[in-house]
Amino acid sequence: MKALRSRSRLFAMLPLLPLSGCDALKLGVMNHAGPIAASQWHLYVIVGIVLVFVAGPVLLLTPLIAWHYRLSNKQSAFRPKWDFSWTLEGFIWIPPTGIVIGLGFLLWHYTHTLDPYRPIASDQPALEVQAVGLDWKWLFIYPDQRIATVNQLFIPVDRPVHISLTSGTVMQALLIPRLAGQIYAMAGMTTQLNLAASRSGVYRGENTQFNGDGFQNEKFNVTALPSDDFDRWVAAVRASSHPLDATAYAGLFRQSSPPQPIVFSSVPQRLFQNILAKSKEPR
Amino acid sequence: MTTQGIWPAVLGRLDWHELPFVRAWENPTASEIIGAGAALIVIIGAVFVVALITRLGKWRYLWSEWLTSLDHKKIGIMYTVLAFVMLSRALIEAVLMRMQQAAAIDNPGFLAPDHFAQLFSTHGSIMIFFMAMPFLVGLINYVMPLQIGGRDVAFPLLNSISLWLTGGAAGLMMASLVIGEFSTGGWSSYPPYTELAFNPGVGPDYWIWAVTLGSIGSTLTGINFAVTIYKMRCPGMHLMRMPLFVWTALCTSILMIFAMPPLTVATALLALDRYLGFHFFTNDLGGNMMNYANLFWLFGHPEVYILILPAFGVYSEVVSTFSSKELYGYTSLVLATAAIALLSFTVWVHHFFTMGQNADINAAFGIATMTIGVPTGVKIYDWIWTMFRGEVRFTVPMLYSLAFMMTFVLGGFTGILLAFPPLDYLVHNTLFLVAHFHNMLIPGLLYGMLAGYHYWFPKAFGFRLNEKWGRISFGCWVIGFYLAFMPLYVLGAAGVARRTQGMFDPIFRPWLYVAGVGALILLAALGALFIQFWVSIRERDANRVFAGDPWDGRGLEWSIAAPPPEYNYACIPQVHDRDPFFDAKRNDDPYVPPASYDAIELPKSSMTGPVIGVAGAATAFGLVWHMWWLAIIGMLAIIATVIARSFARDVHRIIPADEIERTERRWLRAVAEATPIVREVEMTSANQGLAEVSE
Repeated sequence: MKALRSRSRLFAMLPLLPLSGCDALKLGVMNHAGPIAASQWHLYVIVGIVLVFVAGPVLLLTPLIAWHYRLSNKQSAFRPKWDFSWTLEGFIWIPPTGIVIGLGFLLWHYTHTLDPYRPIASDQPALEVQAVGLDWKWLFIYPDQRIATVNQLFIPVDRPVHISLTSGTVMQALLIPRLAGQIYAMAGMTTQLNLAASRSGVYRGENTQFNGDGFQNEKFNVTALPSDDFDRWVAAVRASSHPLDATAYAGLFRQSSPPQPIVFSSVPQRLFQNILAKSKEPR
Repeated sequence: MTTQGIWPAVLGRLDWHELPFVRAWENPTASEIIGAGAALIVIIGAVFVVALITRLGKWRYLWSEWLTSLDHKKIGIMYTVLAFVMLSRALIEAVLMRMQQAAAIDNPGFLAPDHFAQLFSTHGSIMIFFMAMPFLVGLINYVMPLQIGGRDVAFPLLNSISLWLTGGAAGLMMASLVIGEFSTGGWSSYPPYTELAFNPGVGPDYWIWAVTLGSIGSTLTGINFAVTIYKMRCPGMHLMRMPLFVWTALCTSILMIFAMPPLTVATALLALDRYLGFHFFTNDLGGNMMNYANLFWLFGHPEVYILILPAFGVYSEVVSTFSSKELYGYTSLVLATAAIALLSFTVWVHHFFTMGQNADINAAFGIATMTIGVPTGVKIYDWIWTMFRGEVRFTVPMLYSLAFMMTFVLGGFTGILLAFPPLDYLVHNTLFLVAHFHNMLIPGLLYGMLAGYHYWFPKAFGFRLNEKWGRISFGCWVIGFYLAFMPLYVLGAAGVARRTQGMFDPIFRPWLYVAGVGALILLAALGALFIQFWVSIRERDANRVFAGDPWDGRGLEWSIAAPPPEYNYACIPQVHDRDPFFDAKRNDDPYVPPASYDAIELPKSSMTGPVIGVAGAATAFGLVWHMWWLAIIGMLAIIATVIARSFARDVHRIIPADEIERTERRWLRAVAEATPIVREVEMTSANQGLAEVSE
């Protein structure tokens, strides 16, 4: 029944393909939900508009000139020996160079302001999260709250989040298209990602770097909650009496994707540092 | 399978379960059956070819006239055949992947994740190393010596060895379909995923050795082409009189010489990790995969321009010829080509903006990346101004050129977006990236190679290709491209990761369906090319262009018979300007026989190339399966062959002057009998390869 309904919905959608495309785009940066992604989208729009003026002339001139100077058009001029003009030469070298120089300044500025390592300015201290890429799941440790989650990330709205990343296995990459992304997580090394959510909601996160048979299942939800709700959630997790003990820890390193997200009410001290060190040990 | 005795020493780690038929028998899922079916196609195809050659009694002919030939023209054609065979396989794999993704929305689909991963790994590896590279090397091999008025490349034997190393590597790729399995690590094979700790099987080893053999072949080819262009040009062919295709061939060769070695080093270090317990790229004991990423892309980015520059050369020839006009801004195009070649070494970090280096480094590489857009844009405008005040004929090669110019600009558009590190962060590793590089390489490589194929085919085989099927195929390549890849931009912007076997949201379904239809149209395009080939052979007698100049050509290659005699030029031409043949047709009679003919010395055929190629593939196969005896024998065979060849003294043969005179007179007679045609009818059977000269 559900399949039937979705099929009939599909047929209804076919004429509206471009619109349903917009639906898909709602999962991406166009529908940004935080200051970093908003800024990135802003940059997309600026660069996109500039590029319309770069690509546009070629898209117009190519068919127009090819058609106008077609062999069968006897009205068009024919100068088989004409092969150079300083004016045209200036026209094709100088403006593109100018545009690239202009875009270069833009690129330099935005690359620095949107550097994933750069802390987000705020009057609140950033929430520390440590993310560990595993086969095929993400472990998120909240070192200050002494809790951890698997395949779900809860964050407070309007407060910066500072994520330190590493991998307990092969290289992975953390992307949350509506908030920020992406940065690699590599074993034995730490990378950083700063992000924030400006409204509450549930956003999709994923690993985008292929890492084996379970790769396509390595998705998680990021839930952004108002600050009070976030504190209540932390308290509830702490009260759940499901500590990250030795058994649970060993389970994390088995190749699998848990069917449901997991929460751990307490984690060992220096868990992240221990995973970092473990990766470098001889196997 | 016994674990003791002689068999493990003989067979290494090979056992029954490495055969896809056995796996499909024991576990008959759709995925395994497709794998077994593919293996069956390879085997049936091989048996069919062997049976056909035997039945036609062509083994001796094939061996002495083709496989052992050192003639650059035949080697070029063999490279192109290899490219088409590999294109067929990799395109079918692409269609399977699209079908899987369209089927696998909240659903496992019909391909297991491991099988899907092998498909994207072989698709990428084949398309780059065994489709694109052989195609462009084949085209350069055929055309470049003709365009510079030479008799062959500088090192004909080395040319044959390069061909056979590439062929041996491609053979290894095909073997991986039938015996064992291929890597699941993608065409870039990033460690530590491809290290022993995570992938102990044979897959990454197949990748390592296939790519290593191929990259050695390509390095040798680069050296060969560069020396040929520097040393073998005919009198008067100054650097600044060379056809643009030769310039792009030169820049590509230089890129090959400098860019292939980092790849060979990267694969060799990965092999040391996997075979001898080194720790270059492992997680533990001080290994670091970031070194691999740098080495790989130090090759990988120049590689993009190795692939694209020759196509730029083709477009320069095609647009000028089919506009009946001199190339606009020759100097500008040469400078732009050289600038692109140089800049291509300065941008490799943009393949991993997300690896955590600081903003200064990312910004510097981002700006370098955008800078390449300037010379590339200049080239596009140079082709537009070449059409300006010309007489444009919409032949198949010209259609490809126009489609390229408009489509490539869109790829450039998204390329500049990706050059911005903050924008790359959001779409790196997604289908947006996949759409972008297909948007560069399909118009920037495939269309160019197909344009060159249609353009020079009459020169190589003496008859024109069928126009109608050429246009059908062209239409399918263009429509198929847009349908298959534009949806991927949308999906990538929505955050869909590349290399994903399953989809997590029904919202993507319409786009996946459109992309799937596009993939099928691309397959139809390839089918139309094969039909065109078949139809063209059947009606070849009506479309002969023996006189050699079907398109009112401009360069030297059009001034001789089609197909050219094995010695190319009876007398080495003397060049006074660019477009020498076009001017000769206008200023005097280019078909005047010389006062006398001299005997010509050409290299003899040699079995060195085939032996080294087969022994190289055997060595690689032995290494993959830990059949050490086979690896050692293969290696010794290569060394012995090289030593034996170095003692060979009788390596040339002389074509006597009277034979040359007979050949040339026959051609000149045909030229005299041919009817010159105007450009309006060049696509009809009236075209006998002689152009009516206007002005």
